Amino acid sequence: MSVTSNSTPVALRGSANGAGTVMIAAVLLLLAVAAPFVLYPVFLMKVLCFALFACAFNLLIGFAGLLSFGHAAFFGGAAYITAHVVKVWGWAPEFGLLAAVVVAAGLGLVFGLIAIRRQGIYFAMITLALSQMVFFLALQLPFTHGEDGIQGVPRGTLFGLFDLNQPLTMYYAVLAIFVAGFALIWRTVHSPFGQVLKAIRENEPRAVSLGYRTDRYKLVAFVLSASLAGLAGGTKALVFQLASLTDVTWQMSGEVVLMTLLGGMGTLLGPVVGAGLVVTLESYLASTSLPVPVVIGCIFVVCVLVFRRGIVGEVMNYLGKNRA
Amino acid sequence: MFQLLGIPPQALFGQLLLGLINGSFYALLSLGLAVIFGMLNVINFAHGALYMVGAFVAWLLLTSVGVGYWGALVLAPLTVGLLGIVLEKTMLSRLYKLDHLYGLLLTFGLALILEGAFRHQYGVSGQPYPIPDALKGGQNLGFMFLPNYRAWVVIASLTICFGTWFAIERTKLGAYLRAATENPTLVQAFGINVPVMVSLTYGFGVALAGLAGVLAAPIYQVSPLMGSNLIIVVFAVVVIGGMGSILGAIVTGLGLGLLEGLTKIFYPEASNIVVFVIMAIVLLIKPAGLFGRER
Amino acid sequence: MPDGAMTKTAQVGTAMLEIADLHGFYGESHVLHGVSLEVRQGEVVTLLGRNGAGKTSTMRAIMGIMGKRTGSIRFQGTELIGMAQHKIPRLGIGYVPEERGIFSSLSVDENLTLPPVVKEGGMTVPQIHDLFPNLKGRGSTQGTRLSGGEQQMLAIARILRTGATLILLDEPTEGLAPVIIEQIGVAVRALKQRGFTIVLVEQNFRFAATIADRHYVMEEGHVVDMIPNDQLEANMDKLHTYLGV
Repeated sequence: MSVTSNSTPVALRGSANGAGTVMIAAVLLLLAVAAPFVLYPVFLMKVLCFALFACAFNLLIGFAGLLSFGHAAFFGGAAYITAHVVKVWGWAPEFGLLAAVVVAAGLGLVFGLIAIRRQGIYFAMITLALSQMVFFLALQLPFTHGEDGIQGVPRGTLFGLFDLNQPLTMYYAVLAIFVAGFALIWRTVHSPFGQVLKAIRENEPRAVSLGYRTDRYKLVAFVLSASLAGLAGGTKALVFQLASLTDVTWQMSGEVVLMTLLGGMGTLLGPVVGAGLVVTLESYLASTSLPVPVVIGCIFVVCVLVFRRGIVGEVMNYLGKNRA
Repeated sequence: MFQLLGIPPQALFGQLLLGLINGSFYALLSLGLAVIFGMLNVINFAHGALYMVGAFVAWLLLTSVGVGYWGALVLAPLTVGLLGIVLEKTMLSRLYKLDHLYGLLLTFGLALILEGAFRHQYGVSGQPYPIPDALKGGQNLGFMFLPNYRAWVVIASLTICFGTWFAIERTKLGAYLRAATENPTLVQAFGINVPVMVSLTYGFGVALAGLAGVLAAPIYQVSPLMGSNLIIVVFAVVVIGGMGSILGAIVTGLGLGLLEGLTKIFYPEASNIVVFVIMAIVLLIKPAGLFGRER
Repeated sequence: MPDGAMTKTAQVGTAMLEIADLHGFYGESHVLHGVSLEVRQGEVVTLLGRNGAGKTSTMRAIMGIMGKRTGSIRFQGTELIGMAQHKIPRLGIGYVPEERGIFSSLSVDENLTLPPVVKEGGMTVPQIHDLFPNLKGRGSTQGTRLSGGEQQMLAIARILRTGATLILLDEPTEGLAPVIIEQIGVAVRALKQRGFTIVLVEQNFRFAATIADRHYVMEEGHVVDMIPNDQLEANMDKLHTYLGV
């Protein structure tokens, strides 16, 4: 039941090329630290938020074989929570993010308990329908302010020390959040828990017959993924000082699917690359008269028809073939 | 004044009628989804977009060629059906050997393209489509006023739904369809061209969506996003009913439409989410859906 | 085919199905390694061999239900490799798969009349009911509600209507009680009388010996031996080695 079953070999291998991976990670981190001196910090922060969102989504599809079509509920829902507690209740940003994660985890638990009762296509449809319910709640509940959303969210001072109104401070805070989230995903994927998830993805009946209570594993993965998506959403609310309906629509759920598909499902770096490309493309398209959904839809179709491994997946497949 | 359950009867029956109409559309759309899913194992995310295309074809026929409602009722489903066959032949057919989720992703991309393109061309505001002359006016039933067009939509949808059910369950052609849904390889080994059947099935399923679009045009106006939220409700209907049965898709669609109408009367705030809440409850009690079989 | 006597006398001996150096693949795995065999008009020929020897794969290769095939399969002179899959049965080849393939969403009658008639001269429904009395009066029963033996009869019966002249029967006796096997045997002999050409995959060569003219023995994806039925006794030891019984 796994989307990635025909691209399995592309997943990053843990220890075999460990030294190389550490090198790559160090170089990427350095680039990320230097980036705001070259590119707009707001643009970079947007990329990082979506990259974390996509990595969280990828944890499910890439490593557990579950296609959630409702991740916008966690991302956008958490953004509302952060925005509300920070703006209306005056909480510090770190508690705002914590609230986002807790609420997203709770929502993830509810979604997960319902959705993991079915698999494959049904799982996708159920998560989609549940997230649509969250969309209508966001539209109708008074605290979300309907079409206006929650505007003018104060960024505040992180831990009482770092003034997030400084663009660079905000950027490094977002980078730190992203790195922490990414590291958690890394650990999860390479832990025994991650191995069981992959076993479930490859052959669930066999995992069941080996005595694993696969529903529990899937549920934990789902809650973890939802929490990280919530962290990304809460962070985005702080960065843009806004929580709006856009982030809870099913189109947003589709967008994170696209980022992951384009970058490479089941690869750790793929979602980051995909998020960077999609965000870049969208800001470019915003200055042209081309309709964004049409372009996004075309990329979707091309990815599915001819490019199922995604960019990172293709590269790793190429490298893997050369090595062998 | 005379009241039923504390509600004026006009309001009660008015909302029930609205629910019945919504339910007719749910039934038509989920029927098409079920037929397509049975044969192709694809959840057609583009179903809502093709419903919108059906309505737009009717509107374009009227405004640029002068072909009216009755002509559109035939031509729009045909157009949508042909478009579907082209999409199936050129794209979907490449994915059958892969995980079924790719079909969902592909049709999602197609939905974005279709909706985006119409939105780019015609904007988000709805285009009015007139009720055909023959169906203007209405009947005073004493307890409520029944507009003729709305009665027609319910009758037409039900006729098409049950006609489809009959064709699938009781005719030779339907026997081929049922057999090919179960075991396409063997049906092919009897000398039937299954790939052509698959294309025609997809074409037929989306033609039903196109037809629903034409029926909807005079009620909801014609707008590029008319199908985008509808399709998700229809997905929930399909999950509730289960994909196993054609009759199940029809009954669930109608029932949920009515239930939504009732919710609008008694607790309007929840009317948008009632279908999703029911989906969650059904999944907790009977994961395969009301009429479904685990597969 | 109802007029079996004429066809038999006129054409017995001419090759109906000729397979030469057939290789077959399921995806990456190479399952047939150069199968060659020949079936003459009106003959009953069995494919014997252990599990995995390639008997069912040979049948599937004939029907085109296989990823890739090389070599040659000629039916009445027409090459089948490269032909569109749905056209192969239309030449007059009927296939009864091992798993029988009765459709659960179809009634017995619908199952019976599902395969399209491809040639003139197929059996009529009353004739089929005479051959398989168990199917009589069960028309509206759901196909898979029949017993295993009845499902096997139905799987054979639906091919007889189509006018197919070559019938591929994959393990018709598998999992059936001896009394039912006896009934199937009677039916297959009756079909032979009517002039049908039959290729039969069998594990049960005691059954095969009662109806076949010749036996091809398969091992590891190709034919290793051919034993005419009248020399079966003499070759018993060899056959036991082949089949490992």
